Amino acid sequence: MSQALFQEETPELDSDTRDVLINRFLSFMDNESVLREDEDLFPYESDGLAVYRQKPPLVVLPETVEQVQSILKICHELKVPVVARGAGTGLSGGALPLKNGIILGMAKFNKIVNIDARARTAVVQPGVRNLAISEAASDYNLYYAPDPSSQIVCTIGGNVAENSGGVHCLKYGMTVHNVLQVTAVTIEGELITVGSLAADTQGMDLLGLLHGSEGMLAVTVEIVVKLLPKPNSTKLLMAAFDNVDTAGDTVAEIIANGIIPAGLEMMDKPAIIAAEAFAQCGYPTDAEALFLCELDGTEEEVQDQLQRVNTLVKKNNATLVHIARDEDERMQLWKGRKSAFPAVGRLSPDYYCIDGTIPRRHLSHVLQQMNIWSEEYGLRIANVFHAGDGNLHPLILFDANVEGELQKTEELGGKILELCVEVGGTITGEHGVGMEKINQMCVQFSSDEITQFHAVKHAFDPEALLNPGKAIPTLNRCAEYGALHVHHGKVPHPDIERF
Amino acid sequence: MHPDNDISSDLKLQLEQAAADKTKLNITGNNTKSFLGVIADNADTLNVSAHSGVISYEPTELVITARAGTTLREINAKLAEYRQTLAFEPPAYGRNATLGGTVACALAGPARPYLGGTRDHILGCRVLNGKGQILQFGGEVMKNVAGYDVSRLMTGAMGTLGILLDISVKVMPQVDHELTLSTAIDTDNAIDQMQALAGYGLPVTASAYSDGTMVTRLSGTEVAVNAAADKLISSTENSVKPSDNAEFWTQLKEHTHPFFQNRSSLWRISVPALTKPIDLNGSWLYDWAGMQRWLHTDEPADTVRSQSAAAGGHATLYRGTEELKRSAGVFHPLPAPLLKLQQRLKHEFDPHGVFNHQRLFPEF
Repeated sequence: MSQALFQEETPELDSDTRDVLINRFLSFMDNESVLREDEDLFPYESDGLAVYRQKPPLVVLPETVEQVQSILKICHELKVPVVARGAGTGLSGGALPLKNGIILGMAKFNKIVNIDARARTAVVQPGVRNLAISEAASDYNLYYAPDPSSQIVCTIGGNVAENSGGVHCLKYGMTVHNVLQVTAVTIEGELITVGSLAADTQGMDLLGLLHGSEGMLAVTVEIVVKLLPKPNSTKLLMAAFDNVDTAGDTVAEIIANGIIPAGLEMMDKPAIIAAEAFAQCGYPTDAEALFLCELDGTEEEVQDQLQRVNTLVKKNNATLVHIARDEDERMQLWKGRKSAFPAVGRLSPDYYCIDGTIPRRHLSHVLQQMNIWSEEYGLRIANVFHAGDGNLHPLILFDANVEGELQKTEELGGKILELCVEVGGTITGEHGVGMEKINQMCVQFSSDEITQFHAVKHAFDPEALLNPGKAIPTLNRCAEYGALHVHHGKVPHPDIERF
Repeated sequence: MHPDNDISSDLKLQLEQAAADKTKLNITGNNTKSFLGVIADNADTLNVSAHSGVISYEPTELVITARAGTTLREINAKLAEYRQTLAFEPPAYGRNATLGGTVACALAGPARPYLGGTRDHILGCRVLNGKGQILQFGGEVMKNVAGYDVSRLMTGAMGTLGILLDISVKVMPQVDHELTLSTAIDTDNAIDQMQALAGYGLPVTASAYSDGTMVTRLSGTEVAVNAAADKLISSTENSVKPSDNAEFWTQLKEHTHPFFQNRSSLWRISVPALTKPIDLNGSWLYDWAGMQRWLHTDEPADTVRSQSAAAGGHATLYRGTEELKRSAGVFHPLPAPLLKLQQRLKHEFDPHGVFNHQRLFPEF
């Protein structure tokens, strides 16, 4: 949603500097860890947002903290930008390579260093897959709570960089709530440890600040995560409704009744139909809206809450209420929701996933407006919604081979995000800003706020070498783009010249 | 005092005046936490308590937004109307504690290790930085990753980065039922047991220990709490019995418990789970499943700090004489690379060094 409107040109990495880098990297890394041939570089040209591509001039794959420190010191000395990358599953182009910078691939940092079952913590390297932590902790009846849908492949280092979420955030929080300590290397090559194995640290919350900083403040080399005991009981209730409003109201009523479900997921009709066709999981395809409400805790607590939710959905005239009979059926019902993206993908050559958060009370208004735009643009939209926490994922269906359709899709996506801001929400709940939503940052934040963000980066990375150009737009970009948007009757970036 | 008052533009003018006059400002609310940290004596006082009032409260969205000078009392009363609460149980230390002071100090009560601390419940804030800019970060929604997390950075920064104007906080439902159990046990076993209990998936929401007695709080639906209590009473080797002292948790949180009536300095020692008893003379009370330890002692500050650091933790001089606070520092000194980063952040938010000089660390 950014490139069509304003492109900031960066120069290419000059070949002399590239040669110097290669030679210096080869002095402490083996030949296979310094990728420089086209066929080795192409796999790194995009992340999970594959519509943006840029072949990197160089990729390095260190395997020790000392190597990371040396790489960063060299790049700092030669003023070469660095883009850190985990598994490259990010959905906002945060790991998109730069023409003038290297990719610092952290894939070899893939070890679970230690699990302390009694203290319920795990020490892991950043390249460890999210799901691998829960798998390893499972022997101790523990698990790691945040579960982004890419959890089979995405890495914990990337999760810290994006402050990733998942379907259990309302009750268990995002990555930032589940990480105790991060060890990272600054652009100057200095090793810092933020957070602590104790419950808190002294001074400013740099641990919180590094979460969601999209690789722009430091490079993570080790993470201590909090593990939770597996709940003694987990139950899933599915409820269908003949309109989206009632489903949304019911979600609000559940919460107003003092129940915080472990997961509360909603889908609209197009998403239900797609998921059912894909996963045959037993969703009612005639429903206008469907939600999955998962409750976990002790047997007694879950039984008590399940009964209350059951009574509530029936009172609100759910057209179907079903409680998963057993673990198999529970997994089956989740499978539909978790495969909603590929399922929608089968309906159309391409789809574009949007990630905004809204105060839930505005759901109906936002969905209605999306329907109007959907018709206007001639693009279908399916909606999956983390209803508990207001995080909306509209999936826009399009065909990139049709001339101009991608541009139309990006424009529609941008409008949806701006609507999220207008109703008091945000342009990204869990996927990050990256390159994708950088223009919409100008809608959500004033130029003073954006300047303060740059100042935060400046404190860590004065020469702007870590993932520059991502996540925080320049004021020039905002002036170019911001003319489209007027906030509270004021032009948002008045101090910038307009051409 | 006007109950609903937005004085942010007055505060901005006062800041601009101070910056022009090259004076420093100590930010205060109702002074319930003025004992914490060093108060610079070469500075004027900037009182923000008149910036008060709840701005919005959406019970079904689990969020309340209020001005920094709003009292915790008012917020708690408002939340109670909808059977909701601040799950991190912030200590008030007085009748008129404000939300701003609560967030700036980031203190949390006994539920901290189970339900999260202040930083885990902050969704957004509006701040006045040292350049006189009024800025908004975060928001009122649970999931929000647009821009750096400045709201969390402000939480616990002791006012060194700017003035918190309005704050959005995540709220949670009140629990239906609570039950406190007490167990006769020695220190080493208590340290182990408190962690073990947290790993059983039981509805434990607080555990503390002192003088041979471990105290455990269970919270949740009545049937779940009673079932968990039965399980603990019947299954452990120790003698577990229901306690009639439900007031204990409030006394612990607010420091009105008799333990805190002691003339020696009060240290707060924060350590990793399962840390063995630290070899320091004095009287001890463990909270947060053994991870927050209160110590009344006359041991030298250096000894307290080095022993705490050796255990992987840090020590705050929570209450002590002004003389000791100034000579030993209140907060545990930072490693050099972290101090450098925090100094730089301070400079980026408050380039003239106007706010809360030396409140957090002597270096800024």
